[in-house]
Amino acid sequence: MASTAPFASPDQARRRNRRVGLIGLAVALAMLGMGFAAVPLYRIFCQVTGYGGTTQRVDAATAGAVKAIAHPISIRFDANVERGMPWQFKPLQTTHTIAIGQRDMALFYAKNTSDKVIVGTASFNVEPEQAAPYFNKIQCFCFTSQTLQPGEAVKMPVLYYVDPAILKDKDNKDVEQITLSYTFHVTEIRDPAPGAKTLDRGGVER
Amino acid sequence: MATTADHFHGNAADHGHDHAHDHPGFFARWFMSTNHKDIGTMYLIFAIFAGIIGGAFSGMMRAELAEPGIQYLDTFAKWFGATNPDFTTTLHTWNVLITAHGLIMVFFMVMPAMIGGFGNWFVPIMIGAPDMAFPRMNNISFWLTVAGFISLMCSAFVPGGTGLGAGTGWTVYAPLSTYGSPGMAVDFGIFALHLAGAGSIMGAINFITTIFNMRAPGMTLHKMPLFVWSVLVTAFLLLLSLPVLAAAITMLLTDRNFGTTFFDPAGGGDPVLYQHLFWFFGHPEVYIMILPGFGIISQIISTFSKKPVFGYLGMAYAMVAIGVVGFIVWAHHMYSTGLSVDVKMYFTAATMIIAVPTGVKIFSWIATMWGGSLEFKSPLVWAIGFIFLFTVGGVTGVVLANGGIDDALHDTYYVVAHFHYVLSLGAVTALFAGFYYWFPKMSGRMHSEFLANLHFAIFFVGVNMIFFPMHFLGADGMPRRIPDYPEAYTYWNHFATVGYMVMAASLVVWLANIVYAFVAGRQAEDNYWGEGATTLEWTLSSPPPFHQFETLPVIAETAHP
Repeated sequence: MASTAPFASPDQARRRNRRVGLIGLAVALAMLGMGFAAVPLYRIFCQVTGYGGTTQRVDAATAGAVKAIAHPISIRFDANVERGMPWQFKPLQTTHTIAIGQRDMALFYAKNTSDKVIVGTASFNVEPEQAAPYFNKIQCFCFTSQTLQPGEAVKMPVLYYVDPAILKDKDNKDVEQITLSYTFHVTEIRDPAPGAKTLDRGGVER
Repeated sequence: MATTADHFHGNAADHGHDHAHDHPGFFARWFMSTNHKDIGTMYLIFAIFAGIIGGAFSGMMRAELAEPGIQYLDTFAKWFGATNPDFTTTLHTWNVLITAHGLIMVFFMVMPAMIGGFGNWFVPIMIGAPDMAFPRMNNISFWLTVAGFISLMCSAFVPGGTGLGAGTGWTVYAPLSTYGSPGMAVDFGIFALHLAGAGSIMGAINFITTIFNMRAPGMTLHKMPLFVWSVLVTAFLLLLSLPVLAAAITMLLTDRNFGTTFFDPAGGGDPVLYQHLFWFFGHPEVYIMILPGFGIISQIISTFSKKPVFGYLGMAYAMVAIGVVGFIVWAHHMYSTGLSVDVKMYFTAATMIIAVPTGVKIFSWIATMWGGSLEFKSPLVWAIGFIFLFTVGGVTGVVLANGGIDDALHDTYYVVAHFHYVLSLGAVTALFAGFYYWFPKMSGRMHSEFLANLHFAIFFVGVNMIFFPMHFLGADGMPRRIPDYPEAYTYWNHFATVGYMVMAASLVVWLANIVYAFVAGRQAEDNYWGEGATTLEWTLSSPPPFHQFETLPVIAETAHP
């Protein structure tokens, strides 16, 4: 980068300029790539840190090793659908008071009120957000998409527990209730297969 | 490229040998230009043109805000081509105005004027180079910016969801900008940003190459004038941040048109990710707009104090520090998105650290003037105005940096007051300071110092009348981006609208001054500011020859930057 311009031939000067210019272009393209790489990196970041209320997912074996301790916590359940989605979706219990570390099952009810086959996917988070790293789901209808035939109703379980480590976290020391919220989004709408029977597996209308 | 090489031989004094080259026809000179001074002039004229449009939009907003209730938005909606606008369409027009005002002022006024205009004109001259490293690319940069502006203007006349035009705010947040705004308007807006962004990235590469490779013998990095330093740091910020914006708005475009769900929770995306990407660009962007202004102010203060700038190296590296730290503070724009307490603490602390190098600059300017042989010519008057206004904006910036306080002030007029003090008042004041400092050099005609000072006096009163009361309105809880307000806010809003008229009057004085200079202004000498003006542009005639430094100047070992 020493300033040697006066004695450089036009050819040398042009080569030097081209080199710096191409390095600049490479940096710009690298930053463009970084912009797109932010998408998977952000997802991993949220999963690892529970950022934005992203709950954790654990297998049954890990969950089995967790011991419940006699410290109650209240879990509130919330269910929504995307605007205009023709599903009825609600929790079958408003709150559960459980011991921290205790495994619990909550049930949600969903009914397709349209005459189309609708595939839905649920997005989820918890409030307060800092509780998310400790909110572990063993099983959830939100892990996969759900398909409901016209008029079909289902009961869907969530199996979860709150990690006892939450008691050691200063950011969570005043947390007495965690709200678990789901929102169903339409993934696909299709016409029912000809001759298919309309099912009502659930029949749990309250 | 061939043009660059041609400049390395021959003699500036001998104009005979390339006569045809010196006097190309109008079309060849202005549309196919590869001359950094001509391109700089075009950038300045373009910025003035865009600034008048963006300024007119702010006038329309101030007119609407003069009284509570909706007065003029109906009419404005019709101007944009809406027939019988209903209430929703009327309110949409407000969103279009704030969006267009923000985008125009950021991308098509401040950036083209600072970097494209003054940068193109004076960076090559100040380092003793005959032209930019890639003159042809320089031309492409300019016309891409113009194309971007045209695309943005087109967006105002096509459907944008609830009315004509893109009503997303300059931040183009998803989901408002994705499924919240069907119609082509937002696509045109995104396209405008792509074009202007591509032009700016090319410009940045051009400046970096020019400054690294084409300095005259003896012009080491630590001897470069501070304006060149400021453009160098700015170019790096552009190069590192603009591609991230390009990625983010490309994802918006595919979310809008091709069914991807980068920012849509229904498909596993997250709208908050867009905000992170946008502000990773957006925060460096605010330094991109102000750093060249810092450079201009340094040159002016030094010139009219008749001594070198105090703490030259500290000044240069303060700008580098501002640039570096500017990349790791972005989430202070997002305190209300649900960041955890720890994250807020980090971003609060990191943001406040920026006040340190900024303080170094403010104090060094004052220390330069201290004991200097001050001559209160119009550029110095504007520069001192800049220091005052920028400091006010900087202080409210430190207030807003606090995550806890921002919870109350987020999206209120306090924020509007803050960023207009640093940008509308800071950057624009620096632009006018640079304009009066260099206009006779660029045009060869002296402006009227009386009119320049009058322009300053009226402008200073006007902008403070507009923006200072916004601190009160914001602290009282008036939300930004809303065209209506309760009675309680009437007094200061009305006051601000009167301030706008005062400010607009000052612009008439400015335009009159330009007319005066061309009609009756006397011929400018080579160095019309006298002994304090020591950088290389003062060794050339006013205006400089079409090609300067065909024999390169040599900078003495002992020369002071």
